[in-house]
Amino acid sequence: MIQFLNVSKRYPGGFDALSNLSLTVDAGEMVFLTGHSGAGKSTLLKLVMLMERATRGQMVVGGQNLNKMPRRQIPFLRRQIGVVFQNHQLLFDRSVFDNVALPLLISGFEPRDVGRRVRAALDKVGLLSKEKLNPIALSGGEQQRVGIARAVVNKPPLLLADEPTGNLDPELSAEIMKLLQQFNDVGVTVLIASHDLALIERMGKRKLTLEAGQLVGDTAGVSPTYQGELS
Amino acid sequence: MSQQAQKPLPDALSRGASVKQLSLINLWRSYCRHHVSSARDSLRRLLVQPLSSLMTCLVIAIALALPQVLSVAVSNIDQLGQGWQGRPSLSVYLHQQVKEPVAQRLLDTLEKRDLIVEGRFISPDQALQEFEAHSGFADVLGKLERNPLPPLLQLSLAEEASLEQVQVLQSDLQARGEVDQVDVDLQWLQRLQQILALGKTLIWLLAGLLALGVLLIVGNTIRLAIAARKDEILVTKTLGGTNAFVRRPFLYTGFWYGLLGGLLALVLTEICLFALSGPVAKLAGSYGSSFRLIGLNWFDAGFLFLVSSVLGWLGAALAVGRHLASIEPK
Repeated sequence: MIQFLNVSKRYPGGFDALSNLSLTVDAGEMVFLTGHSGAGKSTLLKLVMLMERATRGQMVVGGQNLNKMPRRQIPFLRRQIGVVFQNHQLLFDRSVFDNVALPLLISGFEPRDVGRRVRAALDKVGLLSKEKLNPIALSGGEQQRVGIARAVVNKPPLLLADEPTGNLDPELSAEIMKLLQQFNDVGVTVLIASHDLALIERMGKRKLTLEAGQLVGDTAGVSPTYQGELS
Repeated sequence: MSQQAQKPLPDALSRGASVKQLSLINLWRSYCRHHVSSARDSLRRLLVQPLSSLMTCLVIAIALALPQVLSVAVSNIDQLGQGWQGRPSLSVYLHQQVKEPVAQRLLDTLEKRDLIVEGRFISPDQALQEFEAHSGFADVLGKLERNPLPPLLQLSLAEEASLEQVQVLQSDLQARGEVDQVDVDLQWLQRLQQILALGKTLIWLLAGLLALGVLLIVGNTIRLAIAARKDEILVTKTLGGTNAFVRRPFLYTGFWYGLLGGLLALVLTEICLFALSGPVAKLAGSYGSSFRLIGLNWFDAGFLFLVSSVLGWLGAALAVGRHLASIEPK
């Protein structure tokens, strides 16, 4: 699903966020990406969805070569990727329902399909009763769950999460992780950037460790559902 | 929540983890839907802030109405000149003692020339009658012992006659014994035409500058709207919205500003013309003319709407294009 070969990213000003990084994430895997702040976790996720372009190296996501991807193709790549942000990036000028419906409107779904899918996604994250509320009226954990509903409403084959539990207490964090794992259970490839090491250990999934832009650890999880290969 | 999390995935989410292919018809329909919803939503946003929207539209309207009013004024003066005399003409005053048969013979020979389209002999008696009828000096004229007016040949020239040809003809006629004086009724008209042509050019220049102003006003307004909706743009881009999708609501906002500005400009122009029509009619009346101001026709109004909405759209396109370019991945 994701292949990086000798990928480097240097930001203007000379800061090397990633240097010579190679890794493979297979379809159906659930992988944690960990490391200190500034280790390059967010940059890696941004490269996967082409919010940044790599300075050097080869990248293939979902069978598409990102190096040669023209600008006008980028939106269609992003529609194949669900993203959950730490600050959930919800829009406070519209209801929970409309927030979750946004990816479907962008992709051009029929209105009746939109309603059905949005309610299914909200039901899944347990917020069906709050579809008419403004997300500003929800708690932090609930807002994050709306963010997850929005990320999966399109049924993307790949789900990225950047510190999805960053602002939540341990109990809520565990619930969010469980939710993400459920999507992995039905075949969605999930890549989660997190520095919540204790939680990652409990999940028992593959863990990639970044340090100063380089891959310094790649440990297989102990979960019986894990079937990915080490690279 | 933990109970929720244990629930099996609902059907709509679990059936295959891939994006369902949408047919072309579906995409076309969603494209049209987004146009309609963008148009409606952007108009609603304008109406939510009526005062600031009205200000922007009014600035646009003033910028558009100014050249419009001037151009109406110029085309009216043009109309006035056309009505006076479409083609150049010569007034050939003969000596008092020249009798009608002699004058008539002269006229016949002159009419054979290509340059002269039509000629008319006006005898001193006819001239006196016309003068009495139109000048209001009938009482005074009646007291004159003899008719002081000379016999006159009025010659209409071909429209394509150049000023030089007319001048040659003038000196040619002047040289004849019967002719006292030759007046060219052309020069003032030519000067008027030149002044009007200059006026039209100035109006186009002014209109160009003001159009640029409209472009900047809309561009700046849209820039503020973009700043206010920056999060939405970023989220939309992250979720796979194309640039066209992001641009569309802002383009419609620009279009609405332009169109509403055009509508207000039309109202302003009509108000100006209405305010002018009274004094103009009075002035024309004092010259015995039934001249009336000609206002905007349907074509002018349609052109105004077209220009204003295209300008609004273009101003928005420039502003959004610049912003989108700045958030492309490097």
